Amino acid sequence: MSTTLIRGAQVLGGETRDVLIDGGLVAAVGTGLAADGAEVYEAAGQILLPGLVDLHTHLREPGREDSETVLTGTRAAALGGFTAVHAMANTFPVADTAGVVEQVWRLGRESGYCDVQPVGAVTVGLAGKQLAELGAMADSAAGVRVFSDDGKCVDDAVIMRRALEYVKAFDGVIAQHAQEPRLTEGAQMNEGVVSGELGLRGWPAVAEESVIARDVLLAAHVGSRVHVCHLSTAGSVEIVRWAKSKGWDVTAEVTPHHLLLTDELVRTYDPVYKVNPPLRTEADVLALREALADGTIDCVATDHAPHPHEDKDCEWAAAAMGMVGLETALSVVQHTMVDTGLLDWAGVADRMSFRPAAIGRLAGHGRPIAAGEPANLTLVDPAYRGVVNPAGFASRSRNTPYEGRELPGRVTATFLRGTATVRDGKLV
Amino acid sequence: MKRHLISAADLTHDDATLILDTAEELARIAGRSIKKLPTLRGRTVVNLFFEDSTRTRISFEAAAKRLSADVINFSAKGSSVSKGESLKDTALTLQAMGADAVVIRHPSSGAPHRLATSDWIGGSVVNAGDGTHEHPTQALLDAFTMRRHLAGGPGGGPTFHRGPGDGTGRDLAGRRITVVGDVLHSRVARSNVALLTTLGARVTLVAPPTLLPIGVEHWPCEVSYDLDRALAGCDAVMMLRVQSERMNAAFFPTEREYSRRYGLDGTRMAALPEHAIVMHPGPMNRGMEITAEVADSGRCTAVEQVANGVSVRMAVLYLLLGGNEPAVTTHRTEESK
Repeated sequence: MSTTLIRGAQVLGGETRDVLIDGGLVAAVGTGLAADGAEVYEAAGQILLPGLVDLHTHLREPGREDSETVLTGTRAAALGGFTAVHAMANTFPVADTAGVVEQVWRLGRESGYCDVQPVGAVTVGLAGKQLAELGAMADSAAGVRVFSDDGKCVDDAVIMRRALEYVKAFDGVIAQHAQEPRLTEGAQMNEGVVSGELGLRGWPAVAEESVIARDVLLAAHVGSRVHVCHLSTAGSVEIVRWAKSKGWDVTAEVTPHHLLLTDELVRTYDPVYKVNPPLRTEADVLALREALADGTIDCVATDHAPHPHEDKDCEWAAAAMGMVGLETALSVVQHTMVDTGLLDWAGVADRMSFRPAAIGRLAGHGRPIAAGEPANLTLVDPAYRGVVNPAGFASRSRNTPYEGRELPGRVTATFLRGTATVRDGKLV
Repeated sequence: MKRHLISAADLTHDDATLILDTAEELARIAGRSIKKLPTLRGRTVVNLFFEDSTRTRISFEAAAKRLSADVINFSAKGSSVSKGESLKDTALTLQAMGADAVVIRHPSSGAPHRLATSDWIGGSVVNAGDGTHEHPTQALLDAFTMRRHLAGGPGGGPTFHRGPGDGTGRDLAGRRITVVGDVLHSRVARSNVALLTTLGARVTLVAPPTLLPIGVEHWPCEVSYDLDRALAGCDAVMMLRVQSERMNAAFFPTEREYSRRYGLDGTRMAALPEHAIVMHPGPMNRGMEITAEVADSGRCTAVEQVANGVSVRMAVLYLLLGGNEPAVTTHRTEESK
């Protein structure tokens, strides 16, 4: 394996250092480092972060290879600065057996762009009725630790309780898509002033908050840990803050789009803004940013949800929910959190690498940038300004809400165990 | 005028007045033995209906035909749409056939907006009702009807129950309109609140709290749960159709309870000011939101609204497709003598 020298980067946005990579590991961090024959990355003015970790990615394979495959999705992830992604279970077939999770895990290894950690379904077929073989998935080669019926809510309180209890045996976590199903039947967008005017069926905040409240109480009762997927409302923040104040083992994620976009955009009736949970209000956006800054929300997760063009090129009600996000996540976080002064780059490293890796119990990722650690690294040029052009995406899908929008920052290089997957902002 | 009619909220006071005045001129055609103008000869109007609505479709059809347009009725039922064809492909097909205007009724809120802002189609788009969003031509015909009955005389002050044609040039300044019923699911209510407010009226919505949308307090109108209180002193009361199936989703307990609390019967009608009119967009649920006694009374304008609908839709098609010269030039000249 080759030797690489990153020269003059600001490590976690702090001191300027050279970083030497050798044999897939960080060999040295210092100043004035030199190495004969090393490939040199001149990184003056750039930020060096630990490789980003996404807890919430839809890679769509197996089953919907028309929207994304493990290969195209991991290429998109690498371009976005990620070295590990958690592949959600709502594939066809559902990732509810050891066989399917091992298939996805193996496809990830073959892709070589990014580690793929499969998420296992909580219940068979995501139907919410019968627990999937969680232990078999945990013991499989994929070593599943995160379980989620994402896309659907584990709404039966007994099933949720049992799942929370059961995964304690192998240090698993249930990642809940919090959506009370009866309150959201046919829901099209956030319920509020805008939905009333547009005549679109509302998705009320309480449908998310009531499930989170129940789940944190259940997790406390059985002494397990619960993770809240794509938290989207100010009220949800309050509940998680309260649960954490009790010392309960509750973690939460927020998506980049919920940190930036609001339901006012739905006035265009453009389905590119249709997502689940829906875009909320400005007050929610501000509460989410504050909660990410103060640590109430542990991490940013993309909820990268690719859809083929025809599923968005239609009327609102007929359109699929979801947005791609891997290739724009870091820019949105810089725009909403760093450039606003809410979070420094060390904070970004914490929320986009250290904490999500810890929640997923992912060895080898989310590690400090220090000698002897795996060389999973991301180099960012924070001064870059560019207009989002989905034509350049590595993802097979183009359903980004940021097309034509100027966003700051660019991933110039990504290293997976010392090997560059991205160099000069392009896939290697 | 804009190129499309998607939302009543898009209409300025001048736009709305122009449409209503044009409709008044065109209404005179209905009194002739030959009810036809050559204005849109050679133009094609497509009625694209993804939802059954015979009333609205034939109203647009009559309007287009009286202006000599060629009319194509495209019903989603029994067409390729029911086999899964997308709105986009349907639109491209109509575009290829050379539609100058597409009148669209769709169960999904925002579908006409999507059609008008996409590059799927080049012609004008007229919203004939989209989901629970808007139904702007219904609001226009309602305003037209109110203006005829309620608009003040030339010197100001109320002059009620005037004959047809007297609304020209007037608006609804100061008039109090009460709209009663399923506001939550009603595109008629949304369009009426926007348009009537633009024309100067004060609108009060009356419904059980379950049938009012979240955020209604931000609408430019008043809201009440008490029908009896809202009826006193109003100039027009508009009863919205309420589907009895709503009680299955717990919006209200029973039809009888709804009818008792929010239905208009003879007793309540008697509490209205003498000049006040009773309106209904149709089709009526007799015995539910309105009793037969009220529906058949001389104060109920439901049938008149249907007639006015044709005039208003003629005006909309004329202004979107026709052009800038007056709608009925010769007629106008004769009258101004």
